[in-house]
Amino acid sequence: MGYSDKVRAAYQEQIKGIQAAGLFKQERFIHSPQAADIEVEFPTGSSLKKVINMCANNYLGLSSHPDVVTAAHEGLDHRGYGMSSVRFICGTQDIHHELERKVTEFLGTEDTILFPSCMDANAGVFEAVLTKDDVMIADRLVHASIIDGMRLCSAQQDTFKHGNMQHLEEKLQLHADKRMKMVITDGVFSMDGDTARLDEMAALCEKYDAMVFVDDSHASGFIGKTGRGTHEKCGVVGKIDIITTTFGKALGGASGGCVSGRRELVEMCRQRARPYLFSNTIAPVVVSGVLKVLDILSKSTERRDKLENNTAYWRKGLQDAGFILKEGDTPIVPVMLFNAKLSQDVSRDLYQEGIYAIGFFFPVVPQGQARIRTQISAGHEIHHLDKALEAFKKVGQKYDILGKTKQEIIEKYGP
Amino acid sequence: MDEMAQVVLDYVKNEYLEDEDEEIDVDTPLISGGIVDSFSMVSLKRFLENKYNISIPDAKATPEAFDSVTRIVAVVREFIK
Repeated sequence: MGYSDKVRAAYQEQIKGIQAAGLFKQERFIHSPQAADIEVEFPTGSSLKKVINMCANNYLGLSSHPDVVTAAHEGLDHRGYGMSSVRFICGTQDIHHELERKVTEFLGTEDTILFPSCMDANAGVFEAVLTKDDVMIADRLVHASIIDGMRLCSAQQDTFKHGNMQHLEEKLQLHADKRMKMVITDGVFSMDGDTARLDEMAALCEKYDAMVFVDDSHASGFIGKTGRGTHEKCGVVGKIDIITTTFGKALGGASGGCVSGRRELVEMCRQRARPYLFSNTIAPVVVSGVLKVLDILSKSTERRDKLENNTAYWRKGLQDAGFILKEGDTPIVPVMLFNAKLSQDVSRDLYQEGIYAIGFFFPVVPQGQARIRTQISAGHEIHHLDKALEAFKKVGQKYDILGKTKQEIIEKYGP
Repeated sequence: MDEMAQVVLDYVKNEYLEDEDEEIDVDTPLISGGIVDSFSMVSLKRFLENKYNISIPDAKATPEAFDSVTRIVAVVREFIK
């Protein structure tokens, strides 16, 4: 046994360091299905508290939708619980293939391959399609899973300033000598809620013979007129070479992800992507649920329309109350507080008022940009939003930040 | 400030700062301060190599060695013949 007292002490020291830096993460136990109204045990051991959930990625309110739950039950009955195999040995069922076909149709791409999660999709895709003679040029605010995937790939890595097309063009010129070039972005950025300018990006990539990669995890199902994603919103369906996305957010919220895009790139993933080759894929019960979700979304835009209306109502309510918001029109609505401690204090007080919303600060967001990130759902009704607005106003008054400028808040609470 | 420090500082400001109001000097922590991430170091290294016609081994281009303009200038001087 190599786990001596000395080794244990070293890890205990590291954990203390995380605590001292204020970065120690604690789970809150939810005792109910995921929904707008949840029951939470926090701190651990305390009695259950009913709160309105303002921080789930449950954008379409489908995580506990009765039709999705029924479909999952049926999947369990007809296709069993697990596959006990990777895809290419004996871990592929007809419904896995059906889901790949349906996702391809939904996103308007050429082909799709499922992954256990979008984290796995992003971890595996770059290494599968790029080599050391190539370059990856990523927006500086892409998701951590993309950064991990880029680290696993031998292609050269570079970045461009967030959303800055001029800087991207300079980088495309700088790397003109590379065999393959891939420009990498999130569709909707998870911390700021802003949207990539995919139309301009696709045009630049065409000019400089580069591929476009989009992680649309915070967009699939509700961004764009029929909820296909950021590429639909920007009018570039069919022009994005790789889309990765998750089934763990709007599309049912259970788990799983995929790489969807050009036929050859998807085939390269099937041959080479390690998370696909060396791990079981999505369980039949989840596949059955996601098939039902896509069925619901293909028949009607009702849920994404409701989400759009809820988002507009929420944004206006917060703005009228005098909060500073990040610009945007997605259901990710960051309420800017700038100071890290203030973001934690406001989050704690909101919880006391029955509103579950988390404060984010450095290093999750840049220094001096602490915030409460609120996320709107089609599962919210107006009475949920009204109650949450009342709580935000009450807490905002307590800290005297309503109607104050960024400068005034920083003067009062520090940067 | 010597000329090389000014050149590197200007490059870092232009390449990495998002906020025009943000002020940095030659001793501002760049990587540990979250201004330059490890991916972006690639283009910084490429800029230095092209500008000063040098080759910096990867082992020398560590986050610690690139953590401020002053440190970067010291690395560059080491490789200028």
